[in-house]
Amino acid sequence: MRFPVFFSAAGFCVAATAALADDLTIVSWGGAYTESQKEAYFRPWMAHTGHQILTEVYNGGLAEIKVQVQAGSVTWDLVDVEDADARLGCDEGLLEEVDVALLPPAADGTPAGEDFFEGALRDCAIGTVVWSTAYAYDRNQLETSPATIRDFFDLGTFPGRRGMRKTPKANLEMALVADGVPPDRVYEVMATPEGIDRAFAQLDRIKEHVVWWEVGAQPPQLLADGEVVMSTAYNGRIFDAFAAEGQSLVMVWDAQLIEISYWVIPRGAPNRELALDFVAFASAPENMAVQASRISYAPVRRSAFQSIGSYYRDPELDMGPHMPTWPDNMKTAIWHDGEFWADHLDELNERFNAWLIEG
Amino acid sequence: MTPSRTSEPVLTADGTPLKTKLARALLVRRLRALGLTLPLLAFLFAAFIIPVLVFLWQGVHDDTYARYMPYSTPVLKAWDGLSEPTEAMYAALQKDLVQAREDKTIGKVATRVNRELPGGRSLFTSTARKAARLETPYRDAMVDLKPAWGQLETWQALRVAAARYTPAYLAASVDLKYRGDGSLRRQDEKRRIHLTLFWRTIEISALVTIFCLLLGYPVAYLLSNLPQRSTNLLLILVLLPFWTSILVRTTAWIAILQGNGVLNDLFVAFGVIGEDNRFSMVYNRTGTLVAMTHILLPFMILPLYAVMRTIPRVYVQAAHSLGANGWVAFWRVYLPQTLPGIGAGVVLVFILATGYYITPALVGGQDGQMISNLIDFHMRRSLNWPLAAAMGFVLLVLVMFLYWLYDRISGIDRMRLG
Repeated sequence: MRFPVFFSAAGFCVAATAALADDLTIVSWGGAYTESQKEAYFRPWMAHTGHQILTEVYNGGLAEIKVQVQAGSVTWDLVDVEDADARLGCDEGLLEEVDVALLPPAADGTPAGEDFFEGALRDCAIGTVVWSTAYAYDRNQLETSPATIRDFFDLGTFPGRRGMRKTPKANLEMALVADGVPPDRVYEVMATPEGIDRAFAQLDRIKEHVVWWEVGAQPPQLLADGEVVMSTAYNGRIFDAFAAEGQSLVMVWDAQLIEISYWVIPRGAPNRELALDFVAFASAPENMAVQASRISYAPVRRSAFQSIGSYYRDPELDMGPHMPTWPDNMKTAIWHDGEFWADHLDELNERFNAWLIEG
Repeated sequence: MTPSRTSEPVLTADGTPLKTKLARALLVRRLRALGLTLPLLAFLFAAFIIPVLVFLWQGVHDDTYARYMPYSTPVLKAWDGLSEPTEAMYAALQKDLVQAREDKTIGKVATRVNRELPGGRSLFTSTARKAARLETPYRDAMVDLKPAWGQLETWQALRVAAARYTPAYLAASVDLKYRGDGSLRRQDEKRRIHLTLFWRTIEISALVTIFCLLLGYPVAYLLSNLPQRSTNLLLILVLLPFWTSILVRTTAWIAILQGNGVLNDLFVAFGVIGEDNRFSMVYNRTGTLVAMTHILLPFMILPLYAVMRTIPRVYVQAAHSLGANGWVAFWRVYLPQTLPGIGAGVVLVFILATGYYITPALVGGQDGQMISNLIDFHMRRSLNWPLAAAMGFVLLVLVMFLYWLYDRISGIDRMRLG
């Protein structure tokens, strides 16, 4: 269903950016993350091509893209989205298809298609970074250090409140691993009603002690304030808290949920060709390595991982072990299953919310 | 009214009846007044009423399936929803799947079906990938591929998705499941969430309104009875939070109320509570109520102040001189005169509160869900706009009903903003 143009204008106040025809508008998450992209991709690309990049802050979801596409006045050229949104956006025809052949090969000649992680190249989306949800604790607050996902659910040995994101995603997976399901079989179990019951039963054990967070900035704050003793968090946020701000936070990688984040181009974007050129530039392994020196989200190319160095502010601090894809961290990792969540998000979100407010 | 003595109408100088002339003059005046408000009306109509209607329309009209699956739509419509699906139905669906995959519309269809049948998305996309290679009889081939094709439920869900006009979204927004055979059933117990949230939204909004009134009334009274200079200063204090970002205000409350926050530290320092039993005042309902009351307080104080300022002090003085004590003078003389302000403040705060979701989400913990959180989820995350529209419609009806009730009880005519 197409809406009259004024619907978007009035209902959503899509700010028309006064961009020049050949300025690229890139929309990303802001904060330290966008800073790392500016350093690694935006500035070098502008110097290289002579075009300007305008940035806008993104809050997740597809509502803005849907409105822009339906109204036929797209102002965003490139958006950095989560897996679920890349998938749904492609299904709904809101995104341009992208050609993988444009992407540069690795230094040793390995074609991009083989160099990227599985699932990082899709019809409408090109992977940017690998990020993860795992739990962290404050070293100064706990006498014994938790080491596994079981410890997170163990109130006997580790009393105190827990922080968790107020969504079913990640929580259900971690609960199942804590209950003894091997990480690589989590989604198999979740596909059955009994598996979901089992996950909720595990969550029931700590429910009364959970502080639910909504935005990524909250967990480091909750830990720093002593509101919780452990909290799930985005790994980059925890890294930033201890590397840049010197907080005594420690990451526990057991049962981390690994996801890939993607570049997508809204259908009808004014500078589609430029956006593709930028994506190719940003997909060069050496540029990805620059980003990886500033934030602990890992490159989606295997070859870029080799050249990861130390933190840009501290040559002593090796970035590798802080990456979700570091071999030791990967041993018990869960790879996010986008297909599963595309099928079941609505249903499980209702159930999760009903579970939250019952009793 | 005085009955006229004569049946002759009163005429003006030019011979037309006075009544007509008067009506004409009034009409011109009215038209002129209307003309002045016309830009506003046109703006409201184009920028508010039409978009709202268009959006609500989505809650009952969804032709995604019918548009992209032309062969199976009429077949599904003709089916009774109870008997065994026929080979012809499978054949029509196979034809559609092949076409939709070619046209790249399969994703839209799959997303639509998934709303009626969790898991329907992958069922559609994976079957569509192989649809061109399926052979007759299609029934066996498809059931072979995915056993779900043999289940009646799958086909009933398709029948719901295929209807252009559907009560399915409205039903879902009140925890009912509209099924392929036209019957309504309650949603699976574990997924019932909407009615609870509607009730909770009303409850929290009502409590916030009451707190705002209790806190705001004395403040407004003070403001209206102080000399102008101090009033201005105090008004700025009332408005100051108004100009601060809602996120900043909410975060400030977290810093004050949390376990190791300012307030608990003070309690501990003064020995009110022990170090180990600090109050939990945030990430629960208390936090929601405190933060929302603070944020909405100006909407109560300002209309109250505007009305109170116009009430001459002499009325209360007269009441006193006639023998009323302080309470009687307030209750019988002062309070009734402030009712218009109370009316306006209550309506403003209540209606604004029903739409809140950021604050409850941040400070409300597991209780911090309101219906707007789910609407937001479906707008931004699942792109299930029809369901969001249906929930918005139910909320609108609910608020309008409460407004009507309020009007019956208190009389909205008396509402005044100043």
